[in-house]
Amino acid sequence: MKYHAFRILLALLVLQPMLFAQSKGMVSIKGNRYIPLYGRDSTVVEVKDFEMDIYPVTNAEYVAFVKKYPKWQKTKSIKLFVDDSYLSNWKNDLELKDSEKPDSPVTYVSWFAAKDYCECQGKRLPTVDEWEYVAMADETTKDARVKPSYNKQILAWYEAPRSNENSIGRTPKNAWGVHDLHGLVWEWTLDFNSVLITGESRKDVDKDSNLFCGSAAVNATDLMNYAAFMRYAIRGSLKAKYSMKNLGFRCVKDINLK
Amino acid sequence: MKYLKYISLVLITTLAFQSCKSDKKSKDDITEVYQCPMQCEGDKTYSEKGSCPICKMDLTLVENNSELVEDGGISEESIFNLTSIWHTEEGKAIQLKDLKGKTLVMVMIYTSCKAACPRLVADMRHIESQIPDEKTKNTQFVMVSIDPETDTPEKLKAFAKENLMDDIHWTFLQGSESGVREFANVLSVKYKEISPIDFSHSNIISVFNPQGELKHQQEGLGVDNKDTIETILQMTP
Repeated sequence: MKYHAFRILLALLVLQPMLFAQSKGMVSIKGNRYIPLYGRDSTVVEVKDFEMDIYPVTNAEYVAFVKKYPKWQKTKSIKLFVDDSYLSNWKNDLELKDSEKPDSPVTYVSWFAAKDYCECQGKRLPTVDEWEYVAMADETTKDARVKPSYNKQILAWYEAPRSNENSIGRTPKNAWGVHDLHGLVWEWTLDFNSVLITGESRKDVDKDSNLFCGSAAVNATDLMNYAAFMRYAIRGSLKAKYSMKNLGFRCVKDINLK
Repeated sequence: MKYLKYISLVLITTLAFQSCKSDKKSKDDITEVYQCPMQCEGDKTYSEKGSCPICKMDLTLVENNSELVEDGGISEESIFNLTSIWHTEEGKAIQLKDLKGKTLVMVMIYTSCKAACPRLVADMRHIESQIPDEKTKNTQFVMVSIDPETDTPEKLKAFAKENLMDDIHWTFLQGSESGVREFANVLSVKYKEISPIDFSHSNIISVFNPQGELKHQQEGLGVDNKDTIETILQMTP
């Protein structure tokens, strides 16, 4: 009988990783409902279960990508999808400048490039709501937004210069097991263009009372979350072909319920 | 009565000459194109027989040159580089490059929209009404849905009929969610679903030349359509 129990235990141990199968380099994020800074009507949004890359995509990974998909190489990429600064920290089509580290997050990439990168891995970019959902965790709490220390730390990171030159994985992992959402680079999101707080939004957006200038602040749900304000503001000002020194990305994946 | 005869005679002759002219032009467009059989210089073509300056092989006549030239005619900035699949209100599956060759006037809307879209639609119709018939033939007015889930081809067809936009020069497109997001980003259009039937979105009408390059954007509601119309008139043969 004892032997039998041991066998069951062994079987369970073997099966366990299969039951909670995770893609390599990703962690599972349990979905939930939460109130982001700007949600649908600034109320509760629902995030489904998904997997997220533990680290942002690195320079080295991007080198491998452009080798496989030459259309995203610096000189071969087309103007519809990238601007002049695309990969401007690269020496040529396949090599980074000597000053760049392979394990730094890749930056100077456009949204089109980031989106295609993820799709070529069978993944996708996270939505704003998904990204913000995971990013509201600190090292111990999944929603740390009420903690003064959480905001303070992020703002301190935002102030630190040239953090894009750091290696990935140096900031502590958050309660989900994800690294570098804060403290390294900004990250592209799939629907960054759903943030309607551009300078022009006064004239070009129909629900203009919703999300611009002063009224944007009034509509926001958490006036203390300055760091989130900054992220939404930058999303609102981006265009998809822009590349920036401190803007990288990571991918996520839907969880397949087979 | 006699005058009328003369006037019509003059009109007919001028018309005849005009059509002659355009015939000639299209003939001139189809010139013979030669290319190195080894494509030493990539897609480079020559208008005369000769030999390749690199491998010295005789240049060969390129078959179907009109199509090749057109294909090469897509610039880096052309929206015809987008490869996503769209469904028209007639239920046909197309890529954007299938719209090549006409001036494109494009706007993003959704049919259940109550606030801004009717005015955007009105703007599009106003623009269309200002384009003379012979130019309308060479112009395509395209309404792209930002709500592909609701706006099925059937729904778009119904909307087209209801709004008297069912003529051949109107096209309605339903894309995939990712295709729509990508297209919006090419146009710098921002949108967000704020409830299952409501979106907030930028109000932008974009004009593309027949090669798919963005030439003009008009932002806002109830703005003067003059510049947009002028761009279309200038670009359309």
